Amino acid sequence: MPGILVYALHDDEGNFNKNSLGAVSEAAKLAGELGTEAAVAVVGDVPDDACRGLGAYGASKVWRAKSAPEGLAQPIVDVMAKLISDEGYSYALFGGGLLGFEIGAGLTARLGAGVTMEVTDVKVEDGKLVAERPVLQDSAIVDVGYVDEPAIIIGRLNAFDATERNGGSAEVADVDVELSEWSTKATMVTRGESRGEDVNIEDAELLVGGGRGLGEADNFKLAEELAAALGGAVAATRAVVDAGWYPYAAQIGQTGKTVAPRLYLAAGISGAIQHKVGMQNSENILAINKDPNAPIFEFCDLGVVGDLHKILPKLTEAVKAKKGS
Amino acid sequence: MKICCLCKEVPDASVQKRIDPGTKRLDRSGEKNLNPFDTHALEAAMQIKEGGQDVEEIVAVTMGPESAVRALHKAVALGADRSVHLTDGALEGSDVCATGYALARVLEGESPDLVLLGQQSDDGECYTIGAVVADHLKMPSLTQVIKMDVTDGKLRCERQAEYGYDTVDVELPAVISVGDAINEPRYPSLKAIMGAKKKPLDTKSAADAAIESERVGEGGSQTTVLAINPPPQKEPGEIIEDEDTNETVEKVVAWLEERKLI
Repeated sequence: MPGILVYALHDDEGNFNKNSLGAVSEAAKLAGELGTEAAVAVVGDVPDDACRGLGAYGASKVWRAKSAPEGLAQPIVDVMAKLISDEGYSYALFGGGLLGFEIGAGLTARLGAGVTMEVTDVKVEDGKLVAERPVLQDSAIVDVGYVDEPAIIIGRLNAFDATERNGGSAEVADVDVELSEWSTKATMVTRGESRGEDVNIEDAELLVGGGRGLGEADNFKLAEELAAALGGAVAATRAVVDAGWYPYAAQIGQTGKTVAPRLYLAAGISGAIQHKVGMQNSENILAINKDPNAPIFEFCDLGVVGDLHKILPKLTEAVKAKKGS
Repeated sequence: MKICCLCKEVPDASVQKRIDPGTKRLDRSGEKNLNPFDTHALEAAMQIKEGGQDVEEIVAVTMGPESAVRALHKAVALGADRSVHLTDGALEGSDVCATGYALARVLEGESPDLVLLGQQSDDGECYTIGAVVADHLKMPSLTQVIKMDVTDGKLRCERQAEYGYDTVDVELPAVISVGDAINEPRYPSLKAIMGAKKKPLDTKSAADAAIESERVGEGGSQTTVLAINPPPQKEPGEIIEDEDTNETVEKVVAWLEERKLI
């Protein structure tokens, strides 16, 4: 019976990540509509209980490749390519995240399979899966169909919700996979290093996000002063975190946190998709940017086209005055 | 060491992009430019060369229509020694699977020690070509790399993944896609721009690169666009042009109060 194979990513403690659980839930839902089953591939020495637990999200089977390392794509391509060939899975599905892109791309080459990335929804048409993918800065959504099976679907961050079902338990099977020679030529030296201080942005109701438009690291104090006046916290884009301006723990987006505060005030943030996916569910989005063509103006609730170096200090003073009165 | 940089011609950032409803492909008319993410790959190659590594040559490689020559000229102006242009009507409409296969065939002819590319194209936003090419070439690969050092014939790379920063050692030959945080690309000198057209440019057809025609183009692609729909409508937000900052701030504060955010 052709089914859907999902990759579930886990941290060094064996906890599966939220987007992976979302992909398992989505696969189970789609498998139900197709009259087939959802299976999961995991690598590394994940405990039996944790594997069985994926049944709660709708997986009927979990394939565990104990000897393959977690965290790098190519060994996982070997594992999934073998499972797809041996077991005849029709689709491989990935939740949002960087590894999914890499593994899905590797499978595309290995299997000559069609691939769609940044997928926000999947539907069943005539017994086949069709992927919905936003393109051109989300100005259009294309429905992508596949010429043949197997086919690869790579979800966008947070596209698939993790939903626990009726407490099912998945069957766990170990699989031996011989890794390709080139798959062992990249080796992890350190994994998951968090740089900079540990800050909590996920519980803040009001967030001031700072991007490259702040100009330099020192200018984050403008964002910090405004956040203090509002009684909120400061978040950052990947670009400024990679540049060392702000701690990784404050990063929002594709490889950072996902937030949904009551207010997200974006200061000097262009609103690239990788950032948008981490904050688009905020209740109110206020954007200040000097570039009137910045994508963020397409999805904010209030946009100010102007120089944040002039606006932020005055706004901070005005908020303080208002709260003091 | 020989470095190949994959380059792509994309619509200029100033061009309003649209999908041609007839062909269901991106309308690529209008002003074009070298994909800005690829300039970081070229800069990374230049920094390896200037950092004292024995780099014999840097080769810019692209696949695209005749006009893509301009992207190669820019790549050469930024430091590539020569360029290869894969161009053939048979390649038009290739999807990710077909494009990755075709580029890999061209790269095989070059036998590079390192293939560099930008982490994404400005138009397609696919993030995937590097990993597709790597599997065809049977090379290790890493994407979205923001720091890269060459030591003892291998690369030490850093990148952000799901749980924070990963440091990964990668043996050569390898395929690496770089993020825009890796460097600040230089501006080409006027002399380099003027000289770019004189550098060797090798134009190849699909047959020249031993590409099987049934694996490329629209016919060889594994995906098909079934429909193009507008995104769900969202009430457009209010936009204020900041002319008088005191007035702007007043409006913002009123907006915050109205929503009970202060």
